[in-house]
Amino acid sequence: MEEAKHAPHPNYIAVFIALAVLTGIELFVAFLPWSQMTKILILIGLAVWKAVMVALYYMHLRFEPQRLRWLAVAPLPLAVILVFIVTREFRW
Amino acid sequence: MAHAAALHDEDVMLPPPGREPGAGVYNEKLGMWVFLGSEIMFFTALIGSYIILRVAHPTAWKAPGVVLAIPITAINTFLLICSSVTMVKAFAAVQGGNLSGLRKWLIATVLIGSTFVGVQVYEYQHLIAKGFVPSEGLYGSTFYTMTGFHGFHVTIGVICLIFVTWRAFQGRYSAKDYRGVEVIGLYWHFVDLVWIILFTIVYLI
Repeated sequence: MEEAKHAPHPNYIAVFIALAVLTGIELFVAFLPWSQMTKILILIGLAVWKAVMVALYYMHLRFEPQRLRWLAVAPLPLAVILVFIVTREFRW
Repeated sequence: MAHAAALHDEDVMLPPPGREPGAGVYNEKLGMWVFLGSEIMFFTALIGSYIILRVAHPTAWKAPGVVLAIPITAINTFLLICSSVTMVKAFAAVQGGNLSGLRKWLIATVLIGSTFVGVQVYEYQHLIAKGFVPSEGLYGSTFYTMTGFHGFHVTIGVICLIFVTWRAFQGRYSAKDYRGVEVIGLYWHFVDLVWIILFTIVYLI
């Protein structure tokens, strides 16, 4: 398990605190009297930030070989293409 | 030849060293990442469909907190975040050879994960009692489809975690072989990651 031996352990508690604080900010923002589009952009930005933190530090992607990182992100462009193609079916 | 002989001398149950070709990780971990890749596509299909339906039919959805109970779900979100940190602590413990720590953190993860499922069942009962059912319309059907599939994944994760915990008590993991702990940990963190997205999209927007 050499690849794991080289992988350092980040401060998991600090990541946990960051996730909890960001969740609190999300709850606060969701009920602010701002425009819906502003809130959507902020909330999705915070959610993506949290998701990336989980992937990088809890799933250790930051410390994995580059090829595994490519494997992990490979489905994302396909997912965007999927959503884009389906949206073509709608007219709004 | 020397490489093959070296491999032959090693315990075949142990993960191969990191110099093998491919993604540079042992097979179980690579397999889990490939599976998670398919899971990304699965949940993206659900989330993408949800976004499209919601944009196309904006009046079918209520404002945050009107139908769905945000406080109880916020607690559940916090629980899942807690379970991720206990899971990763279990992984760190077994990597460091701390087997009692491994068992302790795994039990904590199972308990918190089970609580998450229990709270979700309670939430469903509460919503159904209020008349918010899957056949209510687009709002109800998309809500139960997305959170239901996620809850199913959490339930499967808890069952797998119970199995891993049982094996941990049997002494099947060590600082030299912790594949089972790491692989279920990847799945568990992925479930947490998906919930982070779902919580925002389904409950807060």
